[in-house]
Order: sequence, then structure tokens, then C-alpha cells
Amino acid sequence: MNIPKLIASVSRGRISQSRKFFLNCIPPLLAIFGFFLLCGIVVYLRGQEALEFYRIILLSGFASFDDFGYVLFNATPLVFTGLAVAIGYRSGLFNIGCEGQLYVAAFAAAWVGMHLNLPAFLLVPLCIGSAMIAGAGWGAVPGFLKARYGAHEVINTIMMNFIAFALMNYLVTSVYQEPGQMIPQTPQIHETARIPRLAPFVPVLPENNPLSFFVPVLPDSNPLNLSFLIACGCVVLCSIFLTYTRWGYELRLVGNAQDVASYGGINPRAVTVWVMALSGAIAGLAGVAEVMGYRYRFLDSFSSGWGFTGIAVALLGRNNPFGILAAAILFGLLNKVALDIDILLGIPRGLFFAGQGMLIIWLVGIEGISKK
Amino acid sequence: MILELIPTTLRMATPLGFAALGGIYSERAGVINLALEGMMLIGAFGYVVGTQGSGSIWIGLLIGIACGLALALLHAIAAVTFHADQVVTGIGINILALGITEYLLPIPKQVGGLPHWELPLIGSYSFIVYLLPVLMVASHILLFKTPWGLRLRAAGESTEALAALSLSRAKWQYIGILLSGLLAGIGGCFLASEVHYFTKGMTAGRGYLALAAVIFGNWRPLSGVSTCFLFGFATALELANRWNIPGQLLHSLPYILTMVVLVGFVGTSRPPASLGKMKS
Repeated sequence: MNIPKLIASVSRGRISQSRKFFLNCIPPLLAIFGFFLLCGIVVYLRGQEALEFYRIILLSGFASFDDFGYVLFNATPLVFTGLAVAIGYRSGLFNIGCEGQLYVAAFAAAWVGMHLNLPAFLLVPLCIGSAMIAGAGWGAVPGFLKARYGAHEVINTIMMNFIAFALMNYLVTSVYQEPGQMIPQTPQIHETARIPRLAPFVPVLPENNPLSFFVPVLPDSNPLNLSFLIACGCVVLCSIFLTYTRWGYELRLVGNAQDVASYGGINPRAVTVWVMALSGAIAGLAGVAEVMGYRYRFLDSFSSGWGFTGIAVALLGRNNPFGILAAAILFGLLNKVALDIDILLGIPRGLFFAGQGMLIIWLVGIEGISKK
Repeated sequence: MILELIPTTLRMATPLGFAALGGIYSERAGVINLALEGMMLIGAFGYVVGTQGSGSIWIGLLIGIACGLALALLHAIAAVTFHADQVVTGIGINILALGITEYLLPIPKQVGGLPHWELPLIGSYSFIVYLLPVLMVASHILLFKTPWGLRLRAAGESTEALAALSLSRAKWQYIGILLSGLLAGIGGCFLASEVHYFTKGMTAGRGYLALAAVIFGNWRPLSGVSTCFLFGFATALELANRWNIPGQLLHSLPYILTMVVLVGFVGTSRPPASLGKMKS
């Protein structure tokens, strides 16, 4: 079976829908398989037990609901950044600025959460809204510059990332730093601006209850919070938006055939601006999850490259919202495993970063060859 | 006052300048190169590991360059042979370089620096610093005054021109990318040789800054490297920390200026016509 050729025929629409779905799954699954194989070989070459390595991977993510809670917690920001990259990609735009957008949005959420003292039903939507507006604004600038002046959005989003880092660093060290602290962070946001953790909502059954095996047990220490459910809601909304709404259709049409879109009365420039704004707003939710759901304050350089991992997530999920959810959970697992193998086997975390880089290169390589 | 800033400016501008020259060769051949960051990082890593392993800075330099070339080869295979999206491969390579260097993080042992040359009136700098202006002029002549440069640029300007001469576009793109790996690798070696250590993620966005300089300098060696000196001066000002200007503002100045130039408010910046396009 010649896989590149099969994939090529899928993209030309010569194959039925169900076969198309399965064939679409082949490249990501191959890449994941290759990734774990490669990591196993490296571990074996280090003179350690490869099987033990695989056992730790499984145990680390799935031994208990507590562990799986951490996986989902890690996955939350990646769902948002993955969706943000994919929304742009579907209309032919490359948003590498998720990292900057999520910082700006996180700061907006923290600022509103610190300064306004309102009841939760007002303050939470207000914080989320202002974060999304901030992210959208940071994303719309490169979109506008592309639409109006033809400046490439890749370069401008990268530049905007660095400007955001510098601006946030200034704000958090010179203007809004928590008094009496050396750490570059803001004071905490109000209690009413926080997104609650999931643990208190999960019923605790007595030890000997026969149902206790099926009901998740989350200790209060588990950081999984409701922002994961917001992420799931976002996945469904994005999927409906892309497939069933007029705007989603316009977005995809501009991405696939700009001339056809113009001929059909769609203004590709306007689409470019609002798609980048929407992408920035969704990326901003990753900042919301951090500030309102976990740390309750803005900490300088809190993100460990979520905006860039979002590119890998979108690629692996083939720019499909549900695929992205699955890919984000996989990366959430990898982030947790990376810590555990560092502690248990003494394998530095860099192994997984390197694997992640290879994964990205393989995936675009497969995609490129199938389009050739 | 300004004179005090010259040594820092030169030291900051040199790694940028090498990476920017590399970026120019690759982008002139039509391949977007976001991987400069990773190539510099692995170059610095190769220098430290090579020097620690062999005890000789020259072998360290060679290994650093070889590491940069290896990543460039990967970029070339993915982008040119496999027609992968060049932006994504570039970012993939940066993540890969960050991962490999963190996984194999060398022991924190001091390594020797590259030899300094004492020149009258100028002072004592690493010979790499003096190499940069030479390479800048050489690159300009090579790219714009020789048939070799014309062909390399043809690969980036027009997908048909080389085909009409029955020359392989892929070959010229490989040359462009490999040269960028070589030069960015040297930039990384210089970076590591000046601080004598390798630290995790030590390039800290310099590859992207070099790319900004390429755009700011309109994809030309003379103006691209001059831009690097300007950016280096901004960094020197930031580090000198005088006149009460917030360091973060000086830090983001190169990025803001690049956006302004790219939009065309001040001067114009025009990329090679077929940059990033693989289909003929």
C-alpha cells in the first residue's frame, strides 16, 4: 500500500468519507508510533530497560484518576492554542503568535480580576471577556497588517511575541509587581474571579462502596479545573463553527481557494483580519486557564512554550477540533511523563522535546510529500 | 559615552550578523529559514561539547559548525525534497535543537574562548568579530556580482528561470540552506566561546532577531549585517542601563522597527518573489 499516494487521493476527494477518516488518521498514528519507538530505542541505548520505560509511561498517565487529572490539566492550554493555530491554518494563515497572545490575555484577566471587586457571576465573564478581547487585539494587528499592507503574518506574529514578552516583563516588574516580593508576579486576583477546581464537585464514596471503582476519585490537591470543560466546549463550538456556519464556510473557502472566495463576494482581507482576531481570542483562553484556573495571579514567563506546542497539536490533530482535543491530551500526557521519567529513570526531559520536534518534522514531511 | 558601548555592541552584533548572513543565503534561494535559532543553539552546544571532548577549541569550532550543518541538512531534506511547510519545519527544528541540547546538556565546565586578535585603534576581539565584515562584503560580491549568486537568487525569484537553463532548483536551495547552517553554526560557536559555557536555551531568541535583521536589511548582506550592528547597539544600551529608559523598551525596539519596515511606512522591504513557494 502506497500511503503517500493514498493520502493524496484523499485530499483530491476520490475516496468515500469513512475511508477518508481512517486514512486521515494514518499519518498522525504513524508519527506517534515512531515517536514512542524512537524514545524506546534511545532509552535502550542508554542501557536502561525499554519495557520499564513504556510501563512508566502508562502508569504515569493512567494509574489513577489523580494522574489522569494532571494529564487533562496539562492538556487544557494546549487545546486552546491548538484550536487557535488550526482556525488560522484552515484559512491559510499561520498564527505563530499564540504565545504572545496568551500572555497579553492572561495579563488582562489578572488586571480585571485584581482591580474589580464584583460578584462571581459578573466578574468571571468579565475577566474571560477582557482576556479574549486582549488576545484578539494582539492577533488582529498582524491580520490587519497582512490585509492592508501585505506584510507576512508569520514574521509579524513572531515580532509581536517578543514585544508582548518585553511589555509583560515591564508591567510585572515595574508597575504591578506584588509589593514586598522578589518574584516577578502580580498580587492575587479576587476570590470571585477564580475558576473553581473540579475536585470538590466529584462525589467521594465510602471505601467499601462497590461503585467506588467507577466513580472518579480526585484529591483536593489535583489542579484540574473547570477551564478544561471550557476547552471541551470550545472544541464543540469550533467544530460547529467551521462546518455549519456561514463564517466558517467563508474562512475555509478563503483558505482553499481565495479566487473563488473573491468571486463569490467574500472579502478575503476582512476574513484575514477577523480570523486572526478569533485565533488570538482563543489563544487568550489558554492564559485564562492559567491565571483564573490555576495560579490566581500573573507570573512572568509562566508558559512553557504552549503557543509553539499548539502548532504540533494542530498538526497532529490534522486541524480538526476533535483531533486537536485528542492530540492535546496526548501532549498533556507527554508533559507529565517527561517529569516522571526524569525522577524515576533519570532521563532528562529534553528527550521528549527532541521527540516532539522530530514529530513535527515528520508530520509536515508526510503532508508535503502527499501534496507533491 | 557612546564609545564605551562599542565593545558590547560588537560582541552582541557578531552572532546576529553570522546568523543573518545565513538567513540571507537561505531566503535568497527561496527557503524560509525560521530554524536559525536552532542552528545557532546547536552550534554553541557543539562548540562546548567538542572543546570539552577534545581539549582543542579548533575541533570544538569544527564540531559546532558540523552540528549546524546537520540541522540545516534536515531542514533541506524536509523542506526541499519532501516539500514540507518551511515555516513548520523551521519551528520543528528549533524545538528539536532545544530538546537535544537539554537532553545531552554538557557538564558546566568552563571552555576556552576563540583566540583574540589585538588590532591597533580597535582593541582586542575574537577573530570571528573581524571575520564578519569580510564575509559581509564577500557575500555581497558573491550574491550580486557573480553568476553563482545570480543562480542562487534565481532559485528564490522565479521557479521557471532555473528550469529554463536546465539547472536544478533543489540543488541551489540545498546550497543556500547548508550555507545558513554553516554561518549560524559559527554564530553559535562565537556565542558559546564568549561566555565559556553552554546553558539551556542560551540563544534566547537571537535566531529570530537575526531573521528580523534579514527583513529589515531587505535580504541584502550589507544592509542586513549593518542592521545587526544597530540591533547590537540597542542591546548594548539596554545592558548599560543608563538614561532611565526601560530596558524592555530598548529590547523590543528591533522588533517594532522590523514591523514598521515590513509594513512599508519607512522604506520598503521586498522578499524574494518565490520565497516559501515549492510548486512550479
